[in-house]
Amino acid sequence: MKDISDLIYLDNHATTPCDPAVVDAMIPFLTQQFGNAASRSHAFGWNALDAVELARDQVGSLINGTGKEIVWTSGATESNNLAIKGIAKYYERNNEGKTGHIVTVLTEHKAVLDACKALMRDGWEITFLEVTSDGRIRLEDLKAALREDTVLVSVMFANNEIGVIQPIAEIGNIVAEARSSKQSPKVVFHTDAVQALGRIPIDVKACKIDMLSISGHKMYGPKGIGALYVRRGRPRIRLEALIDGGGHERGMRSGTLPVHQIVGLGKAAELAKKDIDEGHIEKVRELRDYMWNKLDGELDEVFLNGSTEHRLPNNLNISFAYVEGEAIMLAIKEIACSSGSACTSASLEPSYVLRALGVEVELAHTSIRFGLGRFTTKEEVDQAISIVVTQIRKLREMSPLYEMVQMGIDLKTIEWSAH
Amino acid sequence: MRYSDKVNDHFNNPRNMGSMDRQDPQVGTAVVGAPACGDVMQLQLKITEEGVIEDAKFKTFGCGSAIASSSLVTTMVKGKRIEDAETLRNVDIASELELPPQKIHCSVLAEDAIKEAIRNYQEKKAKSVE
Repeated sequence: MKDISDLIYLDNHATTPCDPAVVDAMIPFLTQQFGNAASRSHAFGWNALDAVELARDQVGSLINGTGKEIVWTSGATESNNLAIKGIAKYYERNNEGKTGHIVTVLTEHKAVLDACKALMRDGWEITFLEVTSDGRIRLEDLKAALREDTVLVSVMFANNEIGVIQPIAEIGNIVAEARSSKQSPKVVFHTDAVQALGRIPIDVKACKIDMLSISGHKMYGPKGIGALYVRRGRPRIRLEALIDGGGHERGMRSGTLPVHQIVGLGKAAELAKKDIDEGHIEKVRELRDYMWNKLDGELDEVFLNGSTEHRLPNNLNISFAYVEGEAIMLAIKEIACSSGSACTSASLEPSYVLRALGVEVELAHTSIRFGLGRFTTKEEVDQAISIVVTQIRKLREMSPLYEMVQMGIDLKTIEWSAH
Repeated sequence: MRYSDKVNDHFNNPRNMGSMDRQDPQVGTAVVGAPACGDVMQLQLKITEEGVIEDAKFKTFGCGSAIASSSLVTTMVKGKRIEDAETLRNVDIASELELPPQKIHCSVLAEDAIKEAIRNYQEKKAKSVE
């Protein structure tokens, strides 16, 4: 294994380390307290069940929901699939196989987009809302997209690449209003909140959220555990299970509960709530703002992609004009981060999120995403700034585009040989 | 991307990075690729009356393997006669750098750059004769 002890980790949108307190909470449930939470006949099972129920309350409390509204899953990909396909398949089964309509957004995570595309193959109609240059949807577009047979609106709380926060409370109002006015009598509102959890306050009641996807490892919990918040009360939300078996999780998701993972997610939720309630997250915002101001001050032609105002406190997504993203990552190899460049993606296409914002493809190739976290220090940020500034200057020395621009050549007037 | 040591070496210590006077009649300049595709290679060859490449310079916008490919070709063509430089194939570059399959296009671009720079030099020369 490579030595990573000297690396600066600024890729907290990809994953986060488990908080030591999370690990401490989990360990007993791997060893002594190994019971199956479904064993009702002995204390091994009772203890496991108590731990699971405590974790349910901890997770519910983070979003102003209740433990009873939490369904455990293997992660947010499954949560998104369960929310989207679960609603759709239940609708089909109760409407003689008829398919309906779903509204989502072009900049959603692939777990949402691909779940919707899978339904399209089954005959579902999907509206993919566009976003403005700041990365947010237009509420008029959402209103115009709603139909009588719209059963689901799925809009992410905050984007994983650019950290842009959608107008969730307004969307919740629009969806609730469409349902009560019978414009879309069956519609419910789902949000993938993976990136927002623990970084900004979330209130499912105030935002009228019906379903919300949660991931453990994006908020200092373990990988392999997630949850779907499914609102209780009227009108009742009915989901078709994707995984059948022992009827766990009220039939919505069968499978023996991974108690240690659940305990870890519960603890992570408790710590995340503390981060917000006690203002720790504001320290991350200060560091993030400091980093951006320094980079913007030291380097010319750097661009922050997406809204500055409606943005997660830990995210920077920056285009460094005239230098390619993968080369940047190679040059700043002491920093773990990611890029929207084509060369870093399996598809060899630049980021679809940046493209949806209308970021020119030339600039999309030059983008780098930095994600700060709970454990990021000022020293690390200072180091990162110095590395980035030095290496961008070095790469620009090497860039024919930068040279041409310095010579006063307008790159748009050149006939490039596409390949 | 995990690259070979050779790519990393050329990327971290680029050979012959820089540019020459485009107006110099001895200098052939190639600019291949496109910013929208994520790579642009500028290769300049300084060629003697006898047709020998006496100097080569590059500047590249692109990923690590694009930069390494262009750095490598400058070392491969320097001192060669243009007829010999023209026989360089992308596979030579790709195999020397142990490029992963999805990066083969970087070596293609480098091969194109050599041909284009020589063509540009010859065009200039033909014009000066007229």
